[in-house]
Amino acid sequence: MNANVESHAIDLAGSSVRELNSALHALKEGSNASLWRIANPRGLHAIAAGVDAPVTVEIDGPVGYYCGGMNKQATIIVRGSAGVGVGENMMSGLIHVEGDASQAAGATAHGGTLVIEGNAAARCGISMKGVDIVVKGSVGHMSAFMAQSGSMVVFGDAGEALGDSIYEARLYVRGSVASLGADCIEKEMRDEHRQELFERFKSAGVNGQIDPSEFKRYGSGRTLYHFHVDNASAY
Amino acid sequence: MCGIVGLFLKDKALEPKLGEMLSGMLDVMCDRGPDSAGFAVYGSGESGKIKLTLRAPEGFDFAALGKTLGDDVTVSVRGTHAVVSAPAAREAEIRAIVAKTKDVAVVGAGQRMELFKEVGLPSEVAERFELSKMTGTHGIGHTRMATESAVTTNGAHPFSTGADQCLVHNGSLSNHRSVRRDLDRAGVPVQTDNDSEVAAGYLTWRMNQGRTLGEALEDSLDDLDGFYTFVVGTETGFGVIRDPIACKPAVMAETDQYVAFGSEYRALAGLPGIENAKVWEPEPAKAYFWDRAAA
Repeated sequence: MNANVESHAIDLAGSSVRELNSALHALKEGSNASLWRIANPRGLHAIAAGVDAPVTVEIDGPVGYYCGGMNKQATIIVRGSAGVGVGENMMSGLIHVEGDASQAAGATAHGGTLVIEGNAAARCGISMKGVDIVVKGSVGHMSAFMAQSGSMVVFGDAGEALGDSIYEARLYVRGSVASLGADCIEKEMRDEHRQELFERFKSAGVNGQIDPSEFKRYGSGRTLYHFHVDNASAY
Repeated sequence: MCGIVGLFLKDKALEPKLGEMLSGMLDVMCDRGPDSAGFAVYGSGESGKIKLTLRAPEGFDFAALGKTLGDDVTVSVRGTHAVVSAPAAREAEIRAIVAKTKDVAVVGAGQRMELFKEVGLPSEVAERFELSKMTGTHGIGHTRMATESAVTTNGAHPFSTGADQCLVHNGSLSNHRSVRRDLDRAGVPVQTDNDSEVAAGYLTWRMNQGRTLGEALEDSLDDLDGFYTFVVGTETGFGVIRDPIACKPAVMAETDQYVAFGSEYRALAGLPGIENAKVWEPEPAKAYFWDRAAA
């Protein structure tokens, strides 16, 4: 390990999440305090939310709601499952959940990478705005609802109404899709998409282990972009 | 919001600790529902006997009431509640006496179930009734943040609408008025204005018609409209179901020793062996149930 790396251990059985987050928020640019080991998270909420520093935060167990929310720059590793809204509104950096994620994982996230080793529940990537999400299990219903930008790669299956009212995000699913949401359609897989999948596999640590051609691509049919008079009676 | 918890033991060795485990789970859920709390525990029971849990105002003389009920009746008082244990054949007679006693209500009945609920901070409610000392095979609990009806003991969960049956609910039902009318016609009594009691009544009605707990839960998907995660107990069974939209949170854990439910993982974090438990989020519109009789 780099001799300059300063490592911190925080035990949430004794310290509060507020104390932990205050310490993380106080990090200045160029700080050497780059490794934070968090013990006893016990499903507590908002662990390592709002970090804006290139540090690594390793959390030794399951976390509650909004872990790593608004994350910028940091690498956050959850050695367990995550509650609602992990990586919500993330801007950059990496969040890696070793277990399952509950609902709304990566909701509204603008950037960075969210990797979930297990399953993600309903509404994964809801209103995503540029994040790259990789779920190695399956995603629940209404995933990528109103997704605007970014990519979602699902190694397993997708639940009902995938990509409902989607704008321009790219969705890749290897398994079955229970149903597609309004204006979400299957699209042609071109070289650029296979290339993108290849990049996503790399970021998820499965470089070269999976064949991109096993995936189907889904995206916007672009029929909801403008008002159409035939739909007038629907309002 | 509301917090719900449930615990179903598979390992007999944990039975003396049921109350302690359930009380720990309920404590953590205080901030999801600080206005009232309640729980039901399936403890010991004898065949041919019935346990009636009664509720009365603070200071009520349950012992005196017990004397009027007769020598074959025992009364065990816990704060504002008392569990009356009597020969099952005397149930109707005792209910009639209680109905005539001012301010006393029957909140639960069954061979094994005891049910306690009250307004107040859940951790204090649990302490008042000494939940941590209770023993049993399974139990459910609720911490309430009222939405559909007033903050009263009547509005607190669990609700029991049949012998050894109880339900806790996180969410709100939008068609409880019409289901209430159906139950009325079917002769299933629903006593309060609370929407969750209607859900309990609905399951009782279905089970009265011969449906299993699991089937009754599946039926509820067609007939109950709204947001819900239910955790329910029967004499031998324990079940969980979430509505198809699944807005209300739920986490489950299973080990060789127990099945546990919590609104959030925090509620499960203190359970023995949780590090190695199978932990998952129950799927929308899928009935989960366990039955001791089937085991």
